[in-house]
This record gives sequence, structure tokens and C-alpha cells, in this order.
Amino acid sequence: MDQLFQQLVNGLAVGGIYALVALGYTMVYGVLKLINFAHGDLFTIGAYLGLTLFVAMGSAGTLPGFAAVLPVAVMVMGLTALLGGVLERVAYRPLRKAGRLSAVVSALGASIFFQNAVMLVWGANYEVYPEVMRPSAVIFLFDTGVPLIRLLIIGVSLLLMLTLYGFIHHTRTGTAVRAAAIDQGAAALMGINVNRIITLVFLIGAGLGGAAGIMVGMSYGQIDFSMGFSYGLKAFTAAVLGGIGNIPGAMLGGMLLGLIETLGSAYLTIAWKDAISFLVLILILIIRPTGILGERTAEKL
Amino acid sequence: MTNAPRPENTRRSAPSSGPLRTKPGAVLQHAKIPALIALTALAAVLPLALNPYWTAVFVSIGLGALLSLSLNVILGRAGIFNMGHAAFYAVGAYVTAILNTRYQIPVLWLLPVAGAASGLCALLAARPIIHLRGDYLLIVTVGIVEIVRIALVNDVGGLTGGANGIFGIARPEIFGIRIRRDIQFYYLVWGAVGLTVALFSRLDRSRVGRALSCIKEDDTAAEGCGIDVARYKLLAFGLGAFWAGMAGALFAAKMTIISPGSFTFWDSVLLFAAVTLGGGSQAGAVLGAFLVFGLPEIFRDFASARMLVFGLALMAMMVVRPQGLLPPAPRRYDTRFRARGGRAAGDGA
Repeated sequence: MDQLFQQLVNGLAVGGIYALVALGYTMVYGVLKLINFAHGDLFTIGAYLGLTLFVAMGSAGTLPGFAAVLPVAVMVMGLTALLGGVLERVAYRPLRKAGRLSAVVSALGASIFFQNAVMLVWGANYEVYPEVMRPSAVIFLFDTGVPLIRLLIIGVSLLLMLTLYGFIHHTRTGTAVRAAAIDQGAAALMGINVNRIITLVFLIGAGLGGAAGIMVGMSYGQIDFSMGFSYGLKAFTAAVLGGIGNIPGAMLGGMLLGLIETLGSAYLTIAWKDAISFLVLILILIIRPTGILGERTAEKL
Repeated sequence: MTNAPRPENTRRSAPSSGPLRTKPGAVLQHAKIPALIALTALAAVLPLALNPYWTAVFVSIGLGALLSLSLNVILGRAGIFNMGHAAFYAVGAYVTAILNTRYQIPVLWLLPVAGAASGLCALLAARPIIHLRGDYLLIVTVGIVEIVRIALVNDVGGLTGGANGIFGIARPEIFGIRIRRDIQFYYLVWGAVGLTVALFSRLDRSRVGRALSCIKEDDTAAEGCGIDVARYKLLAFGLGAFWAGMAGALFAAKMTIISPGSFTFWDSVLLFAAVTLGGGSQAGAVLGAFLVFGLPEIFRDFASARMLVFGLALMAMMVVRPQGLLPPAPRRYDTRFRARGGRAAGDGA
């Protein structure tokens, strides 16, 4: 029972990270119908920037206290958001009118570029987050020790997701985002500046990805330049699982994937950990082709 | 051919098609033959000018070209987003490796076996998912390639050798000549590429090819024209996977060692990029393979920044030419043939 509870917490923590990254995929997909393959690499950049900025905030060789994580996270989110905006402008906007395949390949090119840029800037070896950033405190819940950091990650990711949900569903700009996702042409006719909405979507998605990057560093301690690839793939899977283009779907899909993966590797087999999540994905798509929460889009036939 | 096939009578009365339309097509046909001969001759003498390193590079580009031609049937022709092609390549390579190392069956005899195995796997895997929309299908194929890789690493049935893979695969033998050196492989592989281009060009002009290009343009319209969309998509999937399986057999014979590391999602991504860069034609698929598998070699001068430059180049090429470098030329119909009352292509596949 103890173990199950711990595994659930672990699963939700991983799931929260997946969900944050998945939101970036799903929002971009919702508006542009584009799989932003470079998104996973923005997440990596967030992880590295978090480390660099945190170290830079200390004075003369000493590290700042844990409290510095918050301003660092805010800065990282700002920087990755900016990078996301630039990415959209350079790699995707010129291809807006072209077929979807070419945008996919441009996205792959951007992903290769970012991944290698990170390698050149920070080196090919993995980096380690300092202990200060990773409080080792354990909290007892229902008589079970749970690492504080995991709870923190679950809490922060939920907070970010709820904020986003509130923004998308209860503000004017959020309504514009939803309108642009449904029909760009009609949205433009209603006086919505679709280009600005698309930029906004990239800013938000990339910012959330950057935050998730720091969380991975704080949770596992180790980051490397190629990790965006596997996390990105998982997060995209999560987005499809929940119904791509659907914001609550990405949250649900992320959490679900985190749980499936953690419980699967704890109770079934660790060697097949990744295969389990993909198998679940395939099964769900066969049974429900639009994902769990995906709306039934009017098919042409 | 970009439109759905129209009934014969509308086409006959279409005012735009006069003798004028025949001419450019005919010129193109005539210009193509010398160009093909020149290319073949160039390919034949090229190894004489290459050092061993570049010969090896060209062999791997050739294998890449075979694979991107096979993916071109699926992605470029039928427009099915398959980002898991390495899975089928892997099945072919592993079937070859297992049968060769265990039962000493010559590698070249195993070509059709490898192809059939991988085509069959593709059909089985694709059957329940073929109706999924573009990006959903894409993520499922990604899932398939990951599952296959993990299965190979986990040494399924004790056959695949786990993470180390299988070694000691025999070299192929043709007419008593054992293909061992890179230069011999160069001719074997590029010969296969030539044969593939010839066969697939014929396929494009067949009923199946027409059906596939209809499906790519608009599968609803294709369904409306009486094309069994699911069946033709499966056919394209199976055929592409069959070819990838045979390429996998050649790969196994060339490497003599295969391991799961050669069949990752990443390899599928590169193939996807090669086909899209090419634009959908046979020549485009070969050119795409050159760009995707050859450019990083050329960029070696940039040392550690070469993949950075490669990423930039991919983006730039797509921004400059979103339709791909060599999209298939629209089909032209010989109006004289039609005037004689022959049934030109377009009978609804």
C-alpha cells in the first residue's frame, strides 16, 4: 500500500511534467495543426537555462538559496517563451500557407538545430543540478514518506495548468485563442489578429515547456542535451492520448501517461516501460480515434 | 495528375486540352532519356573517382535512397504520414540476420523473405489504424517503431540478441562473386536503386499509382470516385514496407552486424525528411536521400557544428521550397492517342 501510494505520487509528478510539455504541443496543434517537433528542445533549453541562471545568481562562487528558484523559473519561462516566439516567426510563419508536411520537416530541422546548439553551448556531457535546488525533505502523508520535491512539482504544474485553463476559458484573449483554433478565417473576420494569437500560443507553450525543463532538473538532478527528444515524444503522445488540440485533454493525457508509465514499470516490467505507454496509446486510438477528450470533429465523410 | 479522374466525355470536350498540351510533355519525355543515360553512366564511373571513404558514404546514401524510395510510396505517393519506417526496415534486417546466421541461407535468397516478412508485419500493424487521420496515424507509427526497437533490445524469443544485436551475417554472393568490398556494394546497392526507380515509375503510371495520387490529393473525392481508399492505403503501406524489408536485408549484409541502435525513431525521422524534401517523385526521393544522408558528411568541415548547420539547412530548404525540391510533374496525356479513340488513363482506378 505504501509503495502504491509512493508510485502514485511519482507518477503524478512525471505526469505533471509531461502535461506541461504536452500543453505546448496541443495549443500549437489546436491553432496551426502543426506538430511542433522543436518543442521538446525548448524544454531542454529551459532546463539548461535554469541551471545557468541559478548558478549565476549566487555571488562569488557561492550558490544562492532555494528561494532563488522562483525568480530563476520566471526568467527561464520568459526566455524560452521568447525563443518560442522567434521559432514561430523564422521557421513556421513562412510555411503557414504551404502544405503541412513541409512545416513538419522545418520543425524537425529546428529541433536538430536547437539540440545541437545546446550541445555546443553547454557541452555533450550531462549536467547536474546542485543540491540546493533539490530539497531532500520528506513529508509524511498517510504514514508514507513522500519527497517534498515531488509534491512541489505536482502542485506547481497543477497551478500552471489551472491558470492556463482560466486564461483560455475566462478571458477575452483566451476566447480569441479558442476562436482561432476553431476557424482562423472566421476569427480574423471577427477582428481577431490571428498572427498575434499564434505568436501568443507559441509564447505560452514554450514558457510552460521551459518551466517543465527546470522541474525535470529539480526532480531527477540530471539533464542532458538530448533529453528533449524523449520527453517531447512522451509529451506529444500524452497530447494525442488526451485528444490533441484539447487543453484539458493534454493535462489528463499527461497525468495518465505518467501514471501508466510509473505503475507499469513498478508492477509489470521496467524493460518494457516505454512500450507500455505506446501500446496504451495505440489501443486508445483504435477504440477512440480522437483521443480521450478529443471532440468529435466533423469528418469529411 | 492532380485531379480526380474525370469521366471520359468531359475530358474529351475540355477546351484546354489541345495539341498544344502534348508538345511540352513529349519534349520532356525525350529530354528525360538522355538525362537518365547520363546519370546512369555517371553512377557507373563515379567510384573510380572516389576514395574509399566516399565510396562507403555513397553506399550508405544508396541504402538510404532505397529506403526513401520505399517510404515515398507510402508518404510521397499515398500521403500516409508514416514516421515509423525504420520498424519495417528493422524487420527485414533481423529476419535476414536470424535466418542467415542460424540456417546459413544465402543473404540474397532472403531478400524476398525479408520483404514479405516486413510487408506482412506492416499489413497486420496498419490494418486497424489505417483509417486514422494524418497526425494520429503519425504518432501511432512512431509508437510502432519504438515498440519494435524495445522488443529488439529486450531480445524477444531469444532471437534478436538484445542490445548487442546479431553479428556474423554472411556477405552476399552473386554469380560466385562474393560481395565484400565497398566498391562492390556500391554497384549492388545502386543497381537496386536503379531497378527500384524503374519499377516504381511504372507503378506511378498504373491504376494503383493513379488511385494513390487521388487519395493523396483528397481521399474523400477518391472514395467518391469509387476507389477503395482503405484497401489502396494498405496496399501502399504493404508495398513500401516490403521494399524497406529488402533494403534491410541488404543493410544487414553490408554491415554484417545489426543492432537495435540502427532502427530508431530518429532514423525514421530522417527518412521522413528525405521524402518530404524530395517532394514525392522518384528522383526527389533519391535526391532527398543525398541531402539527408550526404549533407552531414559534406558539412564535416564544420566539425561539431555540422548537425547544427544541417538543421538550419533543413529549415531553409523547406522555407524556400515548401513543395519539396522535385515534386512529381503533372501527368500529361497524349491527345493524339485519345483522338484515335483509345482509352487514356483516368478510368477511375
